[in-house]
Amino acid sequence: MTQLLAAILSFGAFALLFGVALAIAGRVFRIEGDPIAEQIETLLPQTQCGQCGYPGCKPYATAVASGEAEVNHCVPGGERTMLQIADMMGVEPKSVEDEPSAPMIAFVREDECIGCTLCIKACPVDAILGAPKQYHTVITDHCTGCTLCVEPCPVDCIDMLIKPELLEHWSWPLPDTKRSRVAMERKEQHAPYTA
Amino acid sequence: MLHTLLRSTGERPGIFSGGIEPEMSKITAHAPISTSLIAPIYILPIKQHIGEACTPIVSIGEHVFRGQKIAKSQGYVSVPVHAPTSGKVVKIEEHAIPHPSGMGLPSIFIEPDGNDTRDESLEPISDYRERDPAELRERVRLCGIAGLGGAVFPTFIKLLKDQRNPIETVVLNGIECEPYLTNDHRLMLEMPKAIITGLDIIMHMVGAKRAIIAIEDNKADAAEAIRHELDRMPEMEHVEVRLLPTRYPQGSEKQLVQVLTGKEIPARKLPMHIGVLCQNVGTTRAIFDAVMRGRPLTERIVTVSGDAVPRPGNMLTRIGTPMRFIFAQHGLEHFQEVHLLHGGPMMGERLKSPDVPVVKSTNGLLAMHSKTMMDAHKVEQPCIRCGHCGVACPVNLVPNLLADQCRNEQFEKAATYNLFDCIECGACSYVCPSNIPLVHYFRYGKGQLSQITRAKGFANASKERSEAREARIEREKAERAAKRSKVRTEHMPKPVDENPTDVKSSAEKDDVSTDAKGDES
Repeated sequence: MTQLLAAILSFGAFALLFGVALAIAGRVFRIEGDPIAEQIETLLPQTQCGQCGYPGCKPYATAVASGEAEVNHCVPGGERTMLQIADMMGVEPKSVEDEPSAPMIAFVREDECIGCTLCIKACPVDAILGAPKQYHTVITDHCTGCTLCVEPCPVDCIDMLIKPELLEHWSWPLPDTKRSRVAMERKEQHAPYTA
Repeated sequence: MLHTLLRSTGERPGIFSGGIEPEMSKITAHAPISTSLIAPIYILPIKQHIGEACTPIVSIGEHVFRGQKIAKSQGYVSVPVHAPTSGKVVKIEEHAIPHPSGMGLPSIFIEPDGNDTRDESLEPISDYRERDPAELRERVRLCGIAGLGGAVFPTFIKLLKDQRNPIETVVLNGIECEPYLTNDHRLMLEMPKAIITGLDIIMHMVGAKRAIIAIEDNKADAAEAIRHELDRMPEMEHVEVRLLPTRYPQGSEKQLVQVLTGKEIPARKLPMHIGVLCQNVGTTRAIFDAVMRGRPLTERIVTVSGDAVPRPGNMLTRIGTPMRFIFAQHGLEHFQEVHLLHGGPMMGERLKSPDVPVVKSTNGLLAMHSKTMMDAHKVEQPCIRCGHCGVACPVNLVPNLLADQCRNEQFEKAATYNLFDCIECGACSYVCPSNIPLVHYFRYGKGQLSQITRAKGFANASKERSEAREARIEREKAERAAKRSKVRTEHMPKPVDENPTDVKSSAEKDDVSTDAKGDES
């Protein structure tokens, strides 16, 4: 009987001790923000385009982390990003509905621009340069091709152009042999989200 | 077997691990260097080196002289471009360059006037031993010299007298291990004096005390020519000519330094870090021309060979000459059923068209009958894990594993298996009994990885800008609110002073109203 009592008491004491220790650790080592949302955010292409239905990459990452959004809504990220997010969240991959188009950049037809600054306000990454009643122009190196500046323009002088391919950014294609084709086919067949 | 094991350990001098012994087919070894005729047009791309592109400094219609600077360098890793002959600038527009993509670069087109008048503004420096190395280095940069072995890295950067990494030994690379190519061979045979003087200039510039001229034993006549010349120059007694057994890829900088010194250059380090400077013999001749004769780099020796060329040979060609014009001088005018290679058969790249100019990196132009090429490229079979590729790899990678990873898009994993240490020599593809194009998989993997890295960098920059913008909007909103509340306070009737809480509440109200406005816009 005394042995039983000693066991109960000692385990109870341990439980109390660890409980207090954990409570203190929880306060001291508290992490600000949501680490999973932050990790998901680093996977996103940061175009801030809003095509996922959220007002930017960060809100979408937060929504995915809390489980309220699906993993397949990032259009510019495409399949690769979806697979990475699904892997991180530990959920089944889902097919990406909209295929990412070729990388685009915005272009302001300057002789038609009236200098209203509406596109500058709309640009999520500050890639449009200009001032009231001055021509505006897009900094092509910074443009993410999100198309958010097209709609606010009152005179429709913004075009979305296909981003020109630079020689320095060219890279070798996959060698086109029978086996590399077989490997690609096999990979597609084994992909879980299309099955 | 013992031989293979010894090679794969690669720890004694005179040997590097791996490597192959391909059929050399040096059919132009006995063809003296001929000089190309003046072409009807010269096409000079604004970037012919590794690094940043140049900016054209001539205008259309302008008359230029041979050796006149026509495009100036931008940034540090860059060298200028010079006119190959005297004539008129007819246009500046995009033109295809020798590149596997078939893409183009802005190029300067020069129509020769036939006089070939030189621009004599650069004075020859014959007393280079009395000059400051920095002055000579500037001359090498101004003359547009980049590594002519094929890598075209701006040469002046390597010629820095660096106190932290003093250069003890200069290695002159006359290995030329690629099959078919004989341009360095003929150069050493026909212009040994220029090469040795060029070597002396380099040694003075970096303060080296010792030099080795490395030549493979299939070019014994070239070694003999250099030795003969050295015997006549008693002040060059610290220069040694080393004849090495023929083995591919011995001409690769890191492998050659390992063979000569017995020291392996660590990954992501340069020969300079172990006190060695390596220069190609063609580059050395260009340095000689730049310093002793005041002539910028406007010509180079090109081997024109392959079984589709009726009269193969070595040719001194001006940079910018259209390749079609060079092939025509060797009897090849029709390009149906012909594969063109820029460089040697091991590391060269296939050209989509002969309508591209010779650039600084053009060491060889090969034209092969398509049938020969098709016979060489057999159908890819599954890997049988024989391990031949691992034995052949000169940088001790595991090619079969890396190829699997690249094929299955596990690029990050391939990077941890040191994919980027691959020198793309092609020894693995050459020995593979299953005909797997291993190097092509590595090139694909490297390209994809740099695309991913670039996309990540762009995403991070976009994120930073987006966050900065949000912070700015917040700050502006707060400032506006503060300003308004201040204005309110000043215009408030007296009694408010007695009751400060009222001020606060009015400010809050104001905040709400601006918020609402912000939402509307």
